[in-house]
Amino acid sequence: MSAGHRIYPLLAGIPVGLLLGLGLYTFGYARGASYLTDDPSSCVNCHVMREQHSSWLKSSHKNVAVCNDCHTPRGLLPKYFTKALNGFNHSLAFTSGRYPDAILITERNHRVARDACLKCHEQITSRIRSARHPKDQSTSCIACHRGVGHAD
Amino acid sequence: MTSKKTISLVILITCLLTIAIASLLVNIFEHKQEARQTFFRVVELTDDNDDPAFWGKNFPLQYDSYRRTVDMTRTRHGGSEALPRKPTARDPREVVSPEKIEEDPRLRRMWLGYPFSVDFREERGHAYMLEDQRYTRRVLEFNQPGACLNCHASAYVVYKQLGGGDIFKGFESLNRMPYAEATKLARHPVSCIDCHEPNTMALRITRPAFLNGLKAWKASQGVADYDPNKMASAQEMRSFVCGQCHVEYYFQGDEKRLVYPWRKGLRAEDMYSYYQEVKHVDFVHKETGAPVLKAQHPEFEFYNMGIHARSGVACADCHMPYRREGGLKISDHHVRSPLLNINRACQGCHNISETEIRSRAEQIQDRFLEARNLAMDALMDLIDDIARRRAEGATPSQLREAWESQRKGQFFLDLVEAENSAGFHAPGESMRVLAQALDTFRKGQIALHKAK
Repeated sequence: MSAGHRIYPLLAGIPVGLLLGLGLYTFGYARGASYLTDDPSSCVNCHVMREQHSSWLKSSHKNVAVCNDCHTPRGLLPKYFTKALNGFNHSLAFTSGRYPDAILITERNHRVARDACLKCHEQITSRIRSARHPKDQSTSCIACHRGVGHAD
Repeated sequence: MTSKKTISLVILITCLLTIAIASLLVNIFEHKQEARQTFFRVVELTDDNDDPAFWGKNFPLQYDSYRRTVDMTRTRHGGSEALPRKPTARDPREVVSPEKIEEDPRLRRMWLGYPFSVDFREERGHAYMLEDQRYTRRVLEFNQPGACLNCHASAYVVYKQLGGGDIFKGFESLNRMPYAEATKLARHPVSCIDCHEPNTMALRITRPAFLNGLKAWKASQGVADYDPNKMASAQEMRSFVCGQCHVEYYFQGDEKRLVYPWRKGLRAEDMYSYYQEVKHVDFVHKETGAPVLKAQHPEFEFYNMGIHARSGVACADCHMPYRREGGLKISDHHVRSPLLNINRACQGCHNISETEIRSRAEQIQDRFLEARNLAMDALMDLIDDIARRRAEGATPSQLREAWESQRKGQFFLDLVEAENSAGFHAPGESMRVLAQALDTFRKGQIALHKAK
C-alpha cells in the first residue's frame, strides 16, 4: 500500500497521546484519585460543603464516622455506585454552577443517610424496630437526632 | 479508504475530547482560583466619606447587590410594584408604588387630620428612601422637620458636619432644621458608612436616637449605660443596625428630637403607657376630635417578640442572607423580603421545600390580615358612633372615654398595620395586639352608649 498507510497511525497517535496526557494531568490536578477514598477532606476539595465539613469536625460523630459511613450504603458495589452517581451529579452541578446556595439532600441520599444509622446502631434500636411492622421500618432517626453528623 | 475514514474519525473524536478535557481543566483551575478569598484595597476609606460608589471600589460584590434594592417586586401581601407616572415640576418621579390609602380607604379615615391621610404609598427598597420622602405630598404640602432625615438619608457624615465631629450635637441640629433646608445636606440614601466602620468593616451603630432608645430599653431590664458599640455581640449587631430605623418613634417637643418610646419596654402596652405619661399627641382626629397617635413601622420591636429572635436569628440572617460568589461567602446587600429569596433566607435552617415554606409564611399573613380587617372595621364603627354623638352635641366630657378608646385602640391597630411583615415577625404577639385593639373599640362603643 501507500506511505500514507504508515503515516496515518502515527499522525493519529500524537493527538491520542496528547489527549491521554492531558486527561491524566486533569485527573491529577483535580485530585481525582482522592474521590475513591474515604478521606473526608476530599469532600471539601471544592468549597461547596465547607460548612458541613467544619461542623462535622465539631460533631459527636467526628471520631467514629466519616462522610462515607453515613452517606454511602453497605456493600462495596452499592457504595461505589452511590459515589459514582453523586460524583457525577456534583461535578455537573459545580462545573455548570447550577446549584442553590443552601444545598439540600436529595431523596435518594436522604434514604441512604437514614438507613446508615443502622450500620452501627442496629442492636440498640432493635426494640424500637421490632415494635413496628416488618414492612414499615422507615422510621427516620435523623428526624429527631438532627445535627448528630453535622449542623448545616 | 475505509481505514483513512476511520482514522480521520478517530482524529476528530480525539480533537473534540481534547477540547472537552482542556475546558474542564480550565474550569477546575478557575474554581480553585475563586476559592481563594480575595480582597483588594483599591481606595482608602475614611470616616468622612459617605459615597457608596467609593466604598464599592473596595467591595464591588456587596455594592453590586446594594444597588439592586431598586428592584420593585411584589410578594403576596407586601413588596411594591412599579407604576408609571407623569413627572411634574414639583415631583419628578417617573415610577411610584401604589397608593395605600386608595387601596384601603379605611386607612385614610383613620388618619383624617394628619398628612398620612393625603398621601401614603407602599414602601419601596432602600434605594428610594430619600427621593420618596422628598416628593411625598406629606413633605411637599406640609412643614416637616429635618428630623425625618435621620432615617431617610445617609446621616452619619451629615451629623458630623453639623456637630463639628460630634454626632449627638449634629443630631440635635438636624432635628430642629426645616426639612427643605436639611434635605440639601443629604447626599445619599442609606449607605455603607451608616452601618460599617470604615477601617475594619465591623458593624457600628451611628444613629443617636437608637443609642438613646436602646439605652432606655436596656435600663428598663436593669442594664445600666448600655452601649451597643461596646457591649453587643456580632450577632446582636446584625439586628441592631436595622433597628436604628425600623422602629416606632415620635418627635419630642419643639426641638423635634427623634425619640424611640422604649423606656418601659417594647410591647404595644409599654409604648402606649410611655406616650400616656409624656402626654404626646400626634394629631386631633378630624371627624371625632380625639387626640390620637400615629404609629410607625415597629419591625425591630415585633421581631424581638417573635420566635426567630428567640432562636438567635438576626434580621440580616433572613433579609441579607449569605450568598456565594465563587468561594466567597458574602452577605447579600440586596435587602428584601425573604419570600423573594427562600433558598438562601430560609432553607439554610429549614430543611423543607420552598413551596411549603412559602405557604407556611403566607398562612400566617392570611390569618393576620383577616384579624386586621376585623379590627379596622371595628375602628370605623367607633369613629361613626363618636362622630354622630358629636354632631348631636355631646360634650367633651361625655366623649372622653370613647376618645381614649379610639386613641389606644387606633395606636395598637396602627402599630401592627404599619409593621412591615403582615404579622410574620411575631405572629402570636400581633394577633394579641389586634385582640386588644378590638376589645378597646368595643369598650369605647359601650362607653358612648352609657354616656347617654
